Amino acid sequence: MSQQEIEVILSRHLAECLAMPIFIVNPDGDLIFYNEPAEAILGQSYTETGTMPAREWATIFNPMDGEGKSLPPEELPLVIALSKRHPAHKLFWILGRDGVTREIEVTAFPLIGQADRFLGALAIFCENPK
Amino acid sequence: MKATFWGTRGSLASPGSDTARYGGNTSCVSVQGREGTLIVLDAGTGIRNLGQSLPLSLKRVHILLTHLHMDHIQGLPFFAPLRRPGVEIHIWGPASTTLTLDARLQKYLSPPLFPVSVRELAAEFHFHELPAHAMDIGEFQVNAQLIIHPNPTIGYRIQSENAVVTYLPDHEPALGGQTFGTDNSWTSGYRLAEGADLLIHDTQYSEDEYLSRLGFGHSSIRHAFQFAGLCDVKHFAPFHHDPTHNDDTLDRMFDQTLRSLQPAYKVTPSREGLAIEVTH
Repeated sequence: MSQQEIEVILSRHLAECLAMPIFIVNPDGDLIFYNEPAEAILGQSYTETGTMPAREWATIFNPMDGEGKSLPPEELPLVIALSKRHPAHKLFWILGRDGVTREIEVTAFPLIGQADRFLGALAIFCENPK
Repeated sequence: MKATFWGTRGSLASPGSDTARYGGNTSCVSVQGREGTLIVLDAGTGIRNLGQSLPLSLKRVHILLTHLHMDHIQGLPFFAPLRRPGVEIHIWGPASTTLTLDARLQKYLSPPLFPVSVRELAAEFHFHELPAHAMDIGEFQVNAQLIIHPNPTIGYRIQSENAVVTYLPDHEPALGGQTFGTDNSWTSGYRLAEGADLLIHDTQYSEDEYLSRLGFGHSSIRHAFQFAGLCDVKHFAPFHHDPTHNDDTLDRMFDQTLRSLQPAYKVTPSREGLAIEVTH
């Protein structure tokens, strides 16, 4: 695999140092990294899964609205940050691999490097207290 | 091609009898090709001696700046060809989202920090902002990419028909995460240094010093050796010596590291005046 861009490497380093779940995707939408707090949501470790295609990670959380209706991928903040190259934020519910439904807020933003190089996007998940 | 070291010190010029062997001038390395193309890597105080050594017939110089920290630009106005009419000076350096390279350099090259501005110098200046894609400079193909060091900093891979030199004078790849040393796809600078015939790389700190300077943008000697091994380089020149490390300290640090790690590649600690013929 070729070397990641420096901004992506530093984003991963930041994610590894933080205690909140963070997901990083490349411009194609592939999930190229998630940190240890994010592993609790996915139920799998990054070392087990490696890079994950967009079609896989966009549904793995079983995202739902307040009425339990599934959210289409295009409504997810990370997908919006990728497709529109614009920050996005949303409150929704997910069903984790552990069978627990969680109310979460997600903030996602595009990663744009020097000379307007589009490098992907990063999302931070925050679980709301019950 | 030939790489010559004119300044090997990091952070601050450190002249004195106890730094005479490795040298006290800050970063400057020249790379000269067989067809005569001259590339100057950084413009620390070492560039003054380089300028004095160049023939008056020289018509074009390419100065590749990794970043604009003072130890990498302080010698620039003392580079003799800048005062010669008819000489083309091409200055390459990192782009910024706010000011042009020209404008940022003029912050230093103007009163009150310096009495002479770029406009008053006789040479013809051309500024080029990086990183771009691969570019041709004379007989060389040059790749520039951002690397881990505070403020935009770029590293260079200079390739001729028969050799590759990689220059990463200020670089902290170990800051890139837990995978450092094992996963090249997540290692800053890997693409630039992969398989290089000569790697010139930051070795500013001892292991103990590094622990209290994490994130300063420099490598411990051990990390730099690990990086060289990961990149499978042929020859490694430790560079950017800390100003507090005198000759005896550097001898001891390199000796201990070499005995401990026993690298598979050749190692020549950089010192002022050292010239290396680089071939595959």
